[in-house]
Amino acid sequence: MIEISNLSYSIAGQQILDGINTHLQRNQITALIGPNGAGKSTLLGAIGRQVDINTGQIKIDGEDLQNITPQDQARLMAIVAQHLHVGSRIRVVDLLGFGRWPHAKGRLGPQDHFIIQSALAQFDLTDLENRFLDELSGGQRQRAFLAMAHAQDADWLLLDEPLNNLDLKHGRSLMAHLRQMVSEKSKSVVVVLHDLNFTLAWADQIVAMRDGQVVFAGPTTTVATSEALSDLYQTPIELLNLNGHFFAQYHR
Amino acid sequence: MPIAYFATVIGLLALGTGSLFLGAQDLSLPQVWQDPGALQLIAISRLPRTLAALLTGASMAVAGVIMQLLVRNRFVEPGTTGTNEAAMIGLLAVTLLAPGLPLFVQMLVAAAAALLGTLGFLQLTRRLPPQQPLLVPLVGLIYAGVLYSVATFIAYQTDLIQYIGIWMSGEFSGILAGRYELLWLAGILSILVYFTADQFTLAGLGRGLAVSLGLRYGQVLSLGVATVSMVSALVIVTVGTLPFVGLVVPNVVSRMMGDNLRQSLPVVAGLGGGLVLACDMLGRVIRHPYEIPAGTIFGVLGAIVFLTLLLGRRSHV
Repeated sequence: MIEISNLSYSIAGQQILDGINTHLQRNQITALIGPNGAGKSTLLGAIGRQVDINTGQIKIDGEDLQNITPQDQARLMAIVAQHLHVGSRIRVVDLLGFGRWPHAKGRLGPQDHFIIQSALAQFDLTDLENRFLDELSGGQRQRAFLAMAHAQDADWLLLDEPLNNLDLKHGRSLMAHLRQMVSEKSKSVVVVLHDLNFTLAWADQIVAMRDGQVVFAGPTTTVATSEALSDLYQTPIELLNLNGHFFAQYHR
Repeated sequence: MPIAYFATVIGLLALGTGSLFLGAQDLSLPQVWQDPGALQLIAISRLPRTLAALLTGASMAVAGVIMQLLVRNRFVEPGTTGTNEAAMIGLLAVTLLAPGLPLFVQMLVAAAAALLGTLGFLQLTRRLPPQQPLLVPLVGLIYAGVLYSVATFIAYQTDLIQYIGIWMSGEFSGILAGRYELLWLAGILSILVYFTADQFTLAGLGRGLAVSLGLRYGQVLSLGVATVSMVSALVIVTVGTLPFVGLVVPNVVSRMMGDNLRQSLPVVAGLGGGLVLACDMLGRVIRHPYEIPAGTIFGVLGAIVFLTLLLGRRSHV
């Protein structure tokens, strides 16, 4: 479990995170939702140690994040950021090889190659494995980074808007894949999502944020109500029940 | 991949052999067996000169590629980041304040100054918007220009202006056995880089990604900056710096085989060494028996190659 207490973060006088207290459960898909500028990415970055927090504490399985070495952390959690600007020309297969870095330190064994190949297949990248990253489309590149995080084989997977750039097929297969990792490999997933329907369809837990604060959190089935979501986004949102699945209608 | 390695080795062997028999004094293969003077010429002048050119080119190219990965910008090299200029200020200081010091100590002072200069550049680039990649080399050029003016001013005031000329134009005609051996240190540093190649490639993917994969980014950054500074200082005190080597060579290699240093570094080093040696040989031939500095020739050819790369890039993307 990841416990977050009194977490605050400000940059250039702007309060991005304002006293966050929440926890993320193991073995679940937790969706971070909320309007733009709510601080979702920053929270994810703080957990993944991409941003240095000002005050507060993050504990993972009872251990303060500050006391975990970078190597241990890399085996504990994999993070895929939202903006994947990479200047260097790296082949897809080499990128996945770097996903094995926390385990293999650059000396890839047969086990590592097996994991890399299965990650390539899993994310529909086998044909692209020898392409350079700068020769891929946005969605393909996104998949390459997701595959790298998969190859990292960490307990926790932190994904910042992974559905960006993905088409219907790959978006759905990504979510199904995350579900499979949770149920079959006991992984835990924290994912920033903007698409409410994906959230309703796949997330076990929701942490809803606005203005750097947690507005509500809990199991999707109990907290995701029409009123709560409408209030969160300041937009009328209707929840429709279609054959037992909930859908959000907010388009018009 | 093996083809690139193979071509590099063959090219270097051919150039290296050619370089031994090229120069103001005529020398042919049969002479080596018959004439003891010929052997001496090779041992004292031609071989050191060849090795010096190879080591200089290789280590400068390696320093360039490290700089590019650490700054995450294709258009930087130690010559455009103030590293060389800072090293010169250090050398000037040591020349003025403690002139009797051995060359090795002078080099260390220059390296320390280069380190400070490079760190200053990194501080500057941190404030630049990442979506404007061309700002980085521009700011670097201005920064280097400012440091260069400082160096020139000091040198002018103290009658050391010709030193600046020597440090700034890489030239191998004065290389004799006993006067280039420091460069081996630059070569060794380049080999050490090869052992940490993965770390540098990872750092080149960006701080966030590198950290999330467990890389000690700060350590790699320090190691890289220290290596670049040492190499620059070593080259400046022995032969003088050559423009464009650190810029052109990594770009050409990246275009051919990408940025995974584990694969590309041997080719970067080989191509750097080979090109510098080729320029030096060209300099020996063009106005035979006079010589043109290798730095001058590389400056001209490198500029052409670099422009081609820049313009070719536009049509590519």
